[in-house]
Amino acid sequence: MADEGMQSWKTLALGCAMTEPGTSRSFNTGDWRGRQRPVTDREKCIKCGACYILCPDMCYSPDTEAEEEGYWIWNGFYCKGCGICIAECPKDAIEWQDEKEEDKYGQACRT
Amino acid sequence: MMLATEALKDFEKITPKKIPEVEPFSQGHRACQGCGEVLALRLAAKAVGEKLIAVSATGCMEIISSPYPQTAWKVPWIHVAFENAAAVASGVEAGRKALIRKGRFPDDGAKIVAFAGDGGTADIGMQALSGALERGHDFTYICLDNEAYMNTGVQRSSATPYGAMTTTSPPGKKSKGQFTWKKNMPMIAAAHGIPYVATASPAWHIDLMNKVKKAVTVPGPAYVHIFSPCPTGWRCPPEQSIETARQVVNARIFPLFEVIDGRFVLTRDIKKPIPVKEYLKGQRRFRHLKDEDIAYIQERVDADWERLMALVKATNPETGE
Repeated sequence: MADEGMQSWKTLALGCAMTEPGTSRSFNTGDWRGRQRPVTDREKCIKCGACYILCPDMCYSPDTEAEEEGYWIWNGFYCKGCGICIAECPKDAIEWQDEKEEDKYGQACRT
Repeated sequence: MMLATEALKDFEKITPKKIPEVEPFSQGHRACQGCGEVLALRLAAKAVGEKLIAVSATGCMEIISSPYPQTAWKVPWIHVAFENAAAVASGVEAGRKALIRKGRFPDDGAKIVAFAGDGGTADIGMQALSGALERGHDFTYICLDNEAYMNTGVQRSSATPYGAMTTTSPPGKKSKGQFTWKKNMPMIAAAHGIPYVATASPAWHIDLMNKVKKAVTVPGPAYVHIFSPCPTGWRCPPEQSIETARQVVNARIFPLFEVIDGRFVLTRDIKKPIPVKEYLKGQRRFRHLKDEDIAYIQERVDADWERLMALVKATNPETGE
C-alpha cells in the first residue's frame, strides 16, 4: 500500500479519476481486529442471514463449499471485529474465540 | 398529482427471501468498527443495485470509501464539496437527460443518488438541497444521520440531539452539552411537497431497503433520512450500534414513517415505547444528563410523537376514525 501510493503524477488518470472499480478489496482490514474472532456454531445456526445483512464490513458470504446449502462463511481478511454478528444473532450461534497470530486470516467458521 | 402513489402501484417489495445479492459497495473500506453509517450506505446501495450513480458530499462516507488510490465503489461515483451534493446530483440528472434526448447516450435507467451526512444536509447543504427538491429533479437524496460531524472529530451539528456531548458542546458546570433540539430534517423535506420522504433505521434492514427502492422508483425528487449509529462519536460499544438503532425507534425518538404525496404513513407503530432513559444510558455522550433533563427530553419526545400522530390522522381521512 505504501509503495502503491508512491506513484508519479504522470501515471495517474486525468483528474485523479479511479479507473478500476472496487479496488479497496485488496486492502486488509482484518488486522484491525483484536485477538478474537467470531465463530459460528452450525449446530445452532438457522441460516437466517442476520450476520450477512448486518455486517458493515461485508465479511459474510454464502458458503458454497459446505455440504448443506444456506450457511454463511466468515472472511477474516475484512472482519474488523466489531461483534455486531454476535450481538444480533437470534440463536446466539456466533461466539468469540481466541485466535493465534498464525491463523489470523484463515477460515474459522467450519466447525 | 399523485406521482408517487401511481409509481408505487406495482412496487416489487424486497423480502427476507429476496434480498438483492449485488454489492455496489465493496469490502475493504476504512470505516470504524461497528459503523452503522456504512451499513446503512451498503444496504441503500444494495437496494438500488448496479444501475447507480452515486454523488457523495464530504463526510465520513466519502473519506472511508475513497482512500486514494483505492475506491470501495463499484459504480460511477463523484465526490463534491460539503454543500453541493444536491446541486451536483441535479446537474448529473439534467446533463444525462440532455444527452439522452440528443441520442448521444442510451437510456439505461440509471438512478442518481446523493449521499450526505447530517452536517452536509441539515447545516451546510441545506440551500442546495432545498433548491434541488424545489426544481423537481429526478433524484434521491439520502441523509446518513450520525448526529454530529464525526469525520473531523465529533463537532456538533444542527442534527445533534439535545444534551449530547460533542467536542464543541462539552458538558460542564454551566452547560448541558448540546442545548438546542435536533433539527427535524424529514419534515423540512416533506414541506417542499416532494413525492416521497421517508425515515429509516438500519436495525430494520428490509424496511430500509424497501424505502430506498421506493425512493428511486418514484419519479421526481425523494428524500430518505437514515439514522446511523456512530460508536466512535457516541461513545458506545461497537457491537451495540444495531441495538442503539433499534432502541431509538422503540423509544419514539426517531419514528419510522413515510410521506407519499403528502400522506403520512407510519411504518412502525410503537404501541409500548421504552423510556428514553434506556436509550440515553447506553451512550456515554448522554452520561452527564440529570433526571430533570431526561424528563424534559421524554416530554418533548412524547409531544413530537403526538404531533406526528395528528399528521398521520389528518392526512389519512379514511382510516383516521
